[in-house]
Amino acid sequence: MQKRLILDSRLLEITISRLCQQLIENHGDFSDSVILGLQPRGVLLAERIKLNLESTLGRAIDLGYLDTTFHRDDFRRREVPKKANQTKIHFLIEDKNVVLVDDVLFTGRSIRSALDAILAFGRPRKVELLVLVDRKYSRHLPIEPNYVGKSVDTMDSQMVLVEWEGKEAKNNRIWLINKE
Amino acid sequence: MQSLSSKNLLGIKELHRKDLELIFETADSFKEVINRPIKKVPSLRDITIANVFFENSTRTRLSFELAEKRLSADVINFSSSSSSVKKGETLLDTVNNILAMKVDMVVIRHPSPGAPHFLAKHVNANIVNAGDGTHEHPTQALLDSYSIREKHGALEGIKVAIIGDILHSRVALSNIFALQKLGSQVMVCGPNTLLPKYIRELGVQVELDIRKALEWCDVANVLRIQLERQKIKYFPSIREYTLYYGINKKLLDSLNKEITIMHPGPINRGVELSSDVADSEHAIIMDQVENGVAIRMAVLYLLAGDPQA
Repeated sequence: MQKRLILDSRLLEITISRLCQQLIENHGDFSDSVILGLQPRGVLLAERIKLNLESTLGRAIDLGYLDTTFHRDDFRRREVPKKANQTKIHFLIEDKNVVLVDDVLFTGRSIRSALDAILAFGRPRKVELLVLVDRKYSRHLPIEPNYVGKSVDTMDSQMVLVEWEGKEAKNNRIWLINKE
Repeated sequence: MQSLSSKNLLGIKELHRKDLELIFETADSFKEVINRPIKKVPSLRDITIANVFFENSTRTRLSFELAEKRLSADVINFSSSSSSVKKGETLLDTVNNILAMKVDMVVIRHPSPGAPHFLAKHVNANIVNAGDGTHEHPTQALLDSYSIREKHGALEGIKVAIIGDILHSRVALSNIFALQKLGSQVMVCGPNTLLPKYIRELGVQVELDIRKALEWCDVANVLRIQLERQKIKYFPSIREYTLYYGINKKLLDSLNKEITIMHPGPINRGVELSSDVADSEHAIIMDQVENGVAIRMAVLYLLAGDPQA
């Protein structure tokens, strides 16, 4: 299995800071905005963004976890059903600006199911999408991100892995892996 | 993720511990769904489910129907009292006719033990047993165990007493299988005439004195006296049953401990449970009903998601 490093720990830190600055440009002090991290991998990024924003803005930011398992379009089309994760949204999203956060944007199908799932919690004023890695030219649906950490050209036979420091890895790093 | 080890839910006996745990974890997610402002997910939108009830039911039928609708399945309901069964059609013919209308899953309740197993052998749809005679009632046992897990945090080591008419109860049998697989200790308690002769072979404790049973247990699952299944008298009178086996506040207060009270419904108030116990804070009867929908959603979702079916 061949691995190629796309972003190392230092660059990743800079990228997240830049994304947060862009969020502040558009959302001000976040008084009308909330963050929804997509389960399972998007929440790890969303938590870092929340911490970064809170230290810059000096106020608490609403962060929820959204699981889209029951809204997916590949139910009964996979070998086995995907395992559901926790959805935890302790605030109202009615009339809020929602920033959806995921680590990697590939076909866009997860985001489609997330848009569907969000509607079960009310009608947001606006929904934006933030992704750390955008795999260009691989979309199955007309979905584009508003905030992108890094765009990469990839092939279907490859995958992008975002590793976070802690349980799973020593450093924050993003890899491009050839599946074989 | 894992899928269930069977394409049907016929009984708890056939399931493994990991199946039960998978159903509980999935039910956790659905419990969150049914507490949302919009309580519906689109997972089963291309599935049609037939609820085939050859025996009366309020709770189970409503609960299944609600679970199916919250999963966006198409639902058809069938009850034997208003159907061609009255004209002499066989069970297999009835179900095959329903399946010819392109139905994917059948939820069946039948007075004969083994009816769902018979169907599972002969038809291609997923079969869910919603109660077969005095045999099993798997979704009830699942929601009972799930409710205990929710209240006590775990099932391992919890002492559960099943009290009342064990002989005629499919709830009792399914509960015994489920609780034992999940590591709980089980005791059955009731008058000798309502305890099956070989119940000890299942590895449960047997107690005739309700006071001793309550002193022993953490959870009391109190069953309904099923007068409709009793062709002969198993005890002299309802009044005498209540005197010896009815649970009231005075009895519970005299124990100096807290016991979680459960009941699968419908309650004969003033017979097996007095009203002040049924409505007390230790009773989790309404939680059982709420959890029933989440458990049934989990079962239907997991069975439908298996592509081999």
